[in-house]
Amino acid sequence: MARLGKSVAVPPEESAKAQPPARRRQRARRRRRAPGWLEFMLKRLAHLTLVLVGVTFLVSVMLDFLPGDPARAILGEDASAEQVARLRATLKLDEPVWVRYADWVTGALQGDFGTSYRTAQPVTEAILQRLPVSIQLMVFVQVLALVMALAAAIYGVYRPRGLVDRVSTGWAFAAISTPHFVVGLFLVFVFAVHLGWLPASGYRPLGDGLAANLQSILLPALAMSLEPAGVYQRLLRNDMQVTMREDFILAAQAKGMSSANILIRQALRPSSFSLVTLAGINTARLIGSAVVVETLFAIPGLGRLLVDSITARDFVTIQAVVAVIAVAYVLVNAAIDLLYVLLDPRVRSEHS
Amino acid sequence: MNTPDENATGGATGTLRPASPAPRAPGPATGNRPVRRRPWGMWLSAAWIGLVALSALLAPLLPLPDPTVPDYEHIASGPVTGHLLGTDQLGRDMLARLIHGARASLQVGLVAVLLGLSAGMLLGLLAGYLRGWVDAVISAVVDLVLAFPALVFIMVLVAVRGATATVLIIGLGSVFVPTFTRLARANTLMWSKREFVLASRVLGSGRLRTLAREVFPNVLPSVLAYAFVVVAVVMVAEGSLSFLGFGLQPPTPSWGSMIAGGRQLLSSSPHIVALPALVLLLTVLSFNVIGDRLRNKTSGRSEVSL
Repeated sequence: MARLGKSVAVPPEESAKAQPPARRRQRARRRRRAPGWLEFMLKRLAHLTLVLVGVTFLVSVMLDFLPGDPARAILGEDASAEQVARLRATLKLDEPVWVRYADWVTGALQGDFGTSYRTAQPVTEAILQRLPVSIQLMVFVQVLALVMALAAAIYGVYRPRGLVDRVSTGWAFAAISTPHFVVGLFLVFVFAVHLGWLPASGYRPLGDGLAANLQSILLPALAMSLEPAGVYQRLLRNDMQVTMREDFILAAQAKGMSSANILIRQALRPSSFSLVTLAGINTARLIGSAVVVETLFAIPGLGRLLVDSITARDFVTIQAVVAVIAVAYVLVNAAIDLLYVLLDPRVRSEHS
Repeated sequence: MNTPDENATGGATGTLRPASPAPRAPGPATGNRPVRRRPWGMWLSAAWIGLVALSALLAPLLPLPDPTVPDYEHIASGPVTGHLLGTDQLGRDMLARLIHGARASLQVGLVAVLLGLSAGMLLGLLAGYLRGWVDAVISAVVDLVLAFPALVFIMVLVAVRGATATVLIIGLGSVFVPTFTRLARANTLMWSKREFVLASRVLGSGRLRTLAREVFPNVLPSVLAYAFVVVAVVMVAEGSLSFLGFGLQPPTPSWGSMIAGGRQLLSSSPHIVALPALVLLLTVLSFNVIGDRLRNKTSGRSEVSL
């Protein structure tokens, strides 16, 4: 850990300066921990890469857990011996796991995930068709959840135990306890079946016009975002209440700053670290719930593709989709780590 | 909700992870909670869970119609004589299916959590107490598993191994091992620093004995309190799996598959969806209410990200 830090950044002007030995030693010791945020980033990056390799490897191993001959298990009893042999060759079942994995990684790095034996479509193509839909949904969900949570939590801290605070806290608790598909069905029942305002299912791409697109994605996004909104609200409200008892808030109040300024500029920023972390970790969980919601609303996203592939035991596609999910998770969390650097001066500073 | 000891090597040495501005005191973690809490919420929850559990246990003895036999006279009907809560899209008795579904949900939920708790507890205790490479390895594996969408893992497992109760329990249980590991580890770290643990070591107690006799009893309450919340999460997951068709296979009733089955008739007979959804919601809510209250009462860290 120390060596890692030392090798990356030796600020040139510092090392060049001649200094008294004692001070230099002090400097050297400090420098070992010095490039704080860089070391932090590198460590996280190494960690995230490990996650990526581990997850994709696990999927390769998965094939071996199929009972009996995997090819036979995938194709079913009716398949001819020739078909089974062909699939065995496609999946490289006669090779050891690590050869299979190495082959897969080589292909994947070149953007070639193989061809689905369910639809005969190149998997890369299938994923590229569905990825934008899933990304749009996920961004919508996180933005909706964060907006709801921020508004409720900030107002709750502004007027603790007021009506809004009590209602939103109770509401958050209920939201956490409600499965996504139940929320989804309820929303369909109210807004699609009864009121007829929004479509019950289906997805309209942006090409059909912005309004149609937004209409088709609003209900699924709402169904998915209530639960994370509840989680975020509880977390942020708690953290902000702690921050509000800090001295600098008192100082800000004494200086006569406006409530809005104190709440949003002074208190929110230091209170948002746990929230940011959780929002990142939550991505993996939300991808799981996206599977459910995309099925419920018949949205052609990655989750839907995954369900179809799993049902058909299309392991080529499964492996690719899982890899994409893992990459997404890694990217989101790397971005979150970068956000720390921006949010928290202590991570940036050379000696914290 | 995240653990400050998330980094495997972080801990006591200058950690570079941004600390929360005012780290929650590792004492009774109730600092900023309203002291006045209405306990009737908890008693109602306990009563509801008791009712569900009791009826699930006594399901074979109760005077209910067979939950798998359709009544072709009444299909998707509201309450009629003989069917207290009406029938579903195939004419099967809703009440019987709800109660038999409770059996499945509770069985899967409780056993899976027990499994995850035992394994996670063991790993967390070892990681938090022994530190060093044991901690590094366990924490790395935990992070790896947490990075993977749990639902996807179980779906693949079910596709590979078939949708039996055993597969579901093992799948759901192993998905929650990392959560319990993190929680147990965080608590072990905290308790291991206490004087009585040191005293036990000084008085000649071995490391494993100290861990089992001094640390474990203190870690257990917070982990157990958290287990209630996890039961709720597992029940949601089980419901979602059944809803997708990856849960217990029909004709075995489960709340999730009941909800999925009634979707087509949502406009004409919403009760087929609403009843199991309501029961599922109330049960999950009850587990959450109890878990939340117990977590506030136990000392030690009880917050960890799922």
